Amino acid sequence: MAIETPQEPAAALAGLDQLELATPQQAKRHLAAKAWAAAWPKLLALVLALVVWQLIYLSGFKSAIMPGPATTLTDLWHQVHTAQLWTAIGTTLRRAVIGFALALVIGTVVGALVSRIRPLRAAVGSLITALQTLPSIVWVPFAIILFGANTSAILFVIVMTAAPAIANGLIAGADFLPPLLLRAGKTMGLRRISLYRHVIMPATLPAYVSGLKQGWVFGWHGLIAAEIVVIILGQPSLGVLLSNDQDQADMAGAIAIIIVILAIGIVVDLLFTLINGRIRRRWGVADAASA
Amino acid sequence: MTTDPRPHETTADEAGAGTAIQISEVSKTFGRGDTALLALDRISLSVAPGEFVCLIGASGCGKSTLLSLVAGLDAPTSGTVDTGTRRVSLMFQESALFPWLTAAKNVEMPMRASGVPRAERRDRVAELLDLVQLSSFGDKRPHELSGGMRQRVALARSLAQDADVLLMDEPFGALDAMTRDLLHEVLEGIWRRRQLSILFVTHEVREAVRLGDRVVLLSSRPGRVIGEFPVDFERPRGMDSAETVGLAIKIKDRLREEIVRHGH
Repeated sequence: MAIETPQEPAAALAGLDQLELATPQQAKRHLAAKAWAAAWPKLLALVLALVVWQLIYLSGFKSAIMPGPATTLTDLWHQVHTAQLWTAIGTTLRRAVIGFALALVIGTVVGALVSRIRPLRAAVGSLITALQTLPSIVWVPFAIILFGANTSAILFVIVMTAAPAIANGLIAGADFLPPLLLRAGKTMGLRRISLYRHVIMPATLPAYVSGLKQGWVFGWHGLIAAEIVVIILGQPSLGVLLSNDQDQADMAGAIAIIIVILAIGIVVDLLFTLINGRIRRRWGVADAASA
Repeated sequence: MTTDPRPHETTADEAGAGTAIQISEVSKTFGRGDTALLALDRISLSVAPGEFVCLIGASGCGKSTLLSLVAGLDAPTSGTVDTGTRRVSLMFQESALFPWLTAAKNVEMPMRASGVPRAERRDRVAELLDLVQLSSFGDKRPHELSGGMRQRVALARSLAQDADVLLMDEPFGALDAMTRDLLHEVLEGIWRRRQLSILFVTHEVREAVRLGDRVVLLSSRPGRVIGEFPVDFERPRGMDSAETVGLAIKIKDRLREEIVRHGH
């Protein structure tokens, strides 16, 4: 009987599979070409900004205090050759990493609990969203009163601004968990911890990473704001340098530091974008967006 | 193609006496009070070991609810569902594959859930992918596969649970006719060789006649069994053969009576 040989529909199936998958392969571009394609719009924006700046300078607007790009970049160039700037960058980045790590742990634990426990969700869910709307600077007086003007106060500000965003990302991911995937997981015998590990966690990952990125941005804002206020003797940070420039009315120096802060922000943002893109590709989300 | 250790000649009664699925007087109500909705009303239905039963009905007949009860994902309001010690697995209209895993890893997941050792898992994944003729697509992710291929991966994943009872909720409903016809052949072959008991829900009457040993008709709101049609002509059957179409027309007429009843 024909049905005893499952090879019978095999040829037809194989043919169908080939037809369905026969989408033209996009030519793989060289790495350098890809990097250039990603970089040139940003470079163009940079050049435009410099041009606008130079024009303002040439127009003579507040010429007594407003330096042109040449003066500022020279100032930056000099600062790059001082140990002070690098110490400051080191201090700020160390705080950023420690603060973000703390926020990561706290935000993840809180987010996981709130998204899984219904009464807790009702009680705390909207509070977390409300926290996110608070400007980061409002935590600075609170932190200084609580800890004194020291590193703990700065770390506290980072945690209070970054953790809610991270928790919210996790909660949002759990909210949009496709019920069908949960059902599929349960049918195959995944329960509680294994269900969490094999279905809920990976399904939540894209939203979680978006939360991390947002948490980083908020935390970075909070960090610099706190550093401008909390000045610890003998510990130069980017915030302290900015504050010094303010005291000395050194506009060129201030803009130079702003450029450094901007550059660090862009590099970290790029890192998150990279991770995000990789996850989206794996999940098959990116294809739909770019198709 | 790997050969199944069980010989082809053994018939249903070897797999266990009596029934694979025994649904007795099962009712299911959603909500309570005035807004309560009776979805299933005293349904009794049995599926013999190795039997292929198709369940058909209009919208709102509670087909999917019934499958959830049999799969143990939900509990009936009254009545009992008995699948004995058999392993039951459920397949959906959408493949419900995990998008972050490759096809092979998806098939492997139920075995990880039940603690099958790694080496054995690898062998059985290869065997199962071969069974659904997707051996060369194991490292593809779901979004890289066509709808029909995804359903085959889902079928392999269901079989990976070592199930004797397969519950299928309109599994080919979203596929084009050509792909669906081929998957009917694939499913029929696997059903035969693995001696599965299958409860297959569909709204496509000819598909039910094409596949089932028996077609069971459900009424809508509440779901009740209102008819049973044995399909006794020889396999393999064609979707478009005169016999299939003939019986399908009979069932459709009965189904239409039921739908008209709701129009009044």
